[in-house]
Amino acid sequence: MTWKGKDMDTSKRNLYCNLAALCLLALVLYLFDRHGTEYQIRILNNMAVFITLAVSYNLVNGMCGLLHLGPNAFITIGAYTSALLTMSPMEKQMSFIIEPLIWPFSVLQAPFFVSLIAGGVMATIFAFLISFPVFRVRGDYLAIVTLGFGEVIRVLCNALQGVTNGPLGLKGLQPYTNLWWSWGVAVFTVLVITKLVNSSFGRAMKAIREDEIAAKAMGVDPFRHLLLAFLVSAFFSGVAGGLMAHLITTISPTLFTFFLTFNLLIIIVVGGLGSTTGAVIGAALFAWGGEALRVVESPMDLGVFTIPGIPGMRMVLFSVILMVVILFARRGIMGRNEFSWDWLFSKLGLNAK
Amino acid sequence: MTTTIFFQQLTNGISLGSLYALVAIGYTMVYGILRLINFAHGDLLMVAAYTAIYAVTMFTLPWYLSFPLAIALTGCIGILLDRVAYKPLRDAPRISLLISAIGASFLLENLALVIIGGVPKGFPRPDIFAKVIEILGVRIQVLTIYIPLMTLVFLMALLYIVYRTKVGKAMRAASKDIETTRLMGINVDRIIALTFLMGSSLAAAGGIMWAMKYPQVNPFMGVIPGLKAFIAAVLGGIGNIIGAVVGGFALGLGEILLVAFFPQLAQYRDAFAFVILILVLLFRPTGIMGEPITDKT
Repeated sequence: MTWKGKDMDTSKRNLYCNLAALCLLALVLYLFDRHGTEYQIRILNNMAVFITLAVSYNLVNGMCGLLHLGPNAFITIGAYTSALLTMSPMEKQMSFIIEPLIWPFSVLQAPFFVSLIAGGVMATIFAFLISFPVFRVRGDYLAIVTLGFGEVIRVLCNALQGVTNGPLGLKGLQPYTNLWWSWGVAVFTVLVITKLVNSSFGRAMKAIREDEIAAKAMGVDPFRHLLLAFLVSAFFSGVAGGLMAHLITTISPTLFTFFLTFNLLIIIVVGGLGSTTGAVIGAALFAWGGEALRVVESPMDLGVFTIPGIPGMRMVLFSVILMVVILFARRGIMGRNEFSWDWLFSKLGLNAK
Repeated sequence: MTTTIFFQQLTNGISLGSLYALVAIGYTMVYGILRLINFAHGDLLMVAAYTAIYAVTMFTLPWYLSFPLAIALTGCIGILLDRVAYKPLRDAPRISLLISAIGASFLLENLALVIIGGVPKGFPRPDIFAKVIEILGVRIQVLTIYIPLMTLVFLMALLYIVYRTKVGKAMRAASKDIETTRLMGINVDRIIALTFLMGSSLAAAGGIMWAMKYPQVNPFMGVIPGLKAFIAAVLGGIGNIIGAVVGGFALGLGEILLVAFFPQLAQYRDAFAFVILILVLLFRPTGIMGEPITDKT
């Protein structure tokens, strides 16, 4: 079958299928919004934020094959930027008790949407600034430099009290993030990143992942393509950070440690490194499973120690899952495959041709 | 700043530097052979410290028995780590190996958290290390002097093994080229296990001394020292044992003196090492004593 011939029929069908799926998602969200419990809505919100984070993180780690360990830095930057913009000048004056907030932030106030974009842009700017040292190296070094960047941002968050309010953090943010915002951003992220991955840029990124020298010989500029992936990823991480801040309504430096990055890493490894579908599935499983696994932490009070529950148990399980997947099932759930309507219809034996 | 305080800070810097050096050696040896950042290496500090605590408090062993026991046990855990987390992935893409290393690190930390709990434990520091002596008017805890001395002893032993014995020769060969070394009839897996044993034992020694110097033992105590020791290894030139020692001392002294001269920067102390790392990678990626990095795939 020729390219064109396939395109006419199936692309129209796929478009309708996409629209139908979006409507279905909207319906489900509407029902939960109206009738769901607060707990269910929180899990769904978390799920959407993690989908945004995982899909954008996967763009760098899975598609480009770089082990980037600093998404928590961009999430932090996005969260703080967006939070500082939605707080009213009065609130800011009240919370910054140790040191007053520095000038431009102290008077600025913006609607939620603008603050999310600003968070993303700020994260992108920082990503651009560190991209020069980061992309001079590859492999393990890149991992440790990006991890270091995350640590530096954490230290700065604690130290620069005039911007971040130090260890006290920012409290009492308006809970703007609802199902429509979080899932809207998640759907938008998935669409943009899928478009990017399927474009010539995406193919160049995968070529760099497979063999950087061969890609170079084909005229692909690694720096430009990796930088693009890095910046796009940072932008969406920043936006997700803003969503997260207005979901939890309290942010402090302890919220955005390497731990967050580790969770994202589990999500994309379990989902399948290099698959957007996998990242979505992984994020959904994580948000749901993370809550379901709380059971293992609560009732196991040994009585010997006075710690309520056993706080690390879930993390032990997560670490074990990560290692088992990487050791025995390295491809994860999806490998590098993507979900597509063509695949679904051919599975169902409904293919028109 | 008076000279007294300066000397006090100097000895502090030297003893902190020796601890970084001990841990950095393990990183550099493993990296030299496997080209892998052993993320879980820092957590071996914690394992050693807890083992020593339990040997002293639960089994009431004297410190001169429990400390070597803790070092030996941690060395074995290092070998186990390689067997479980790294050996199955020798032929896998680099990114899988690194992810496995990160997973192993989190597993160790959280196992400790589950088994022992997150409340920091005090370390039963033997009295002979707690004494304070006065040299030329400078009051120094004897521990601050013992740490560099012990480091020197360990370093001498290590250098002897690596440069004067047959296994050492095999180790050096493996760090040049694993495949060729295997062709020469050397059991490379055993050499790698030995490398992990030695690196982990040194980290254990570092961990015990760290716990005596900063007697707050918790499941995450190894994370920051581990990262900094890795940076020290990069600073000195990764793959080079002497380089790791030089890098460790440079980083330890630099950190302490930075805080001593600019107390207002104290809260940025943990960021200092990473800034150094970025500068090194920008301007001299091979480190102070390193050979050019060759890509071994």
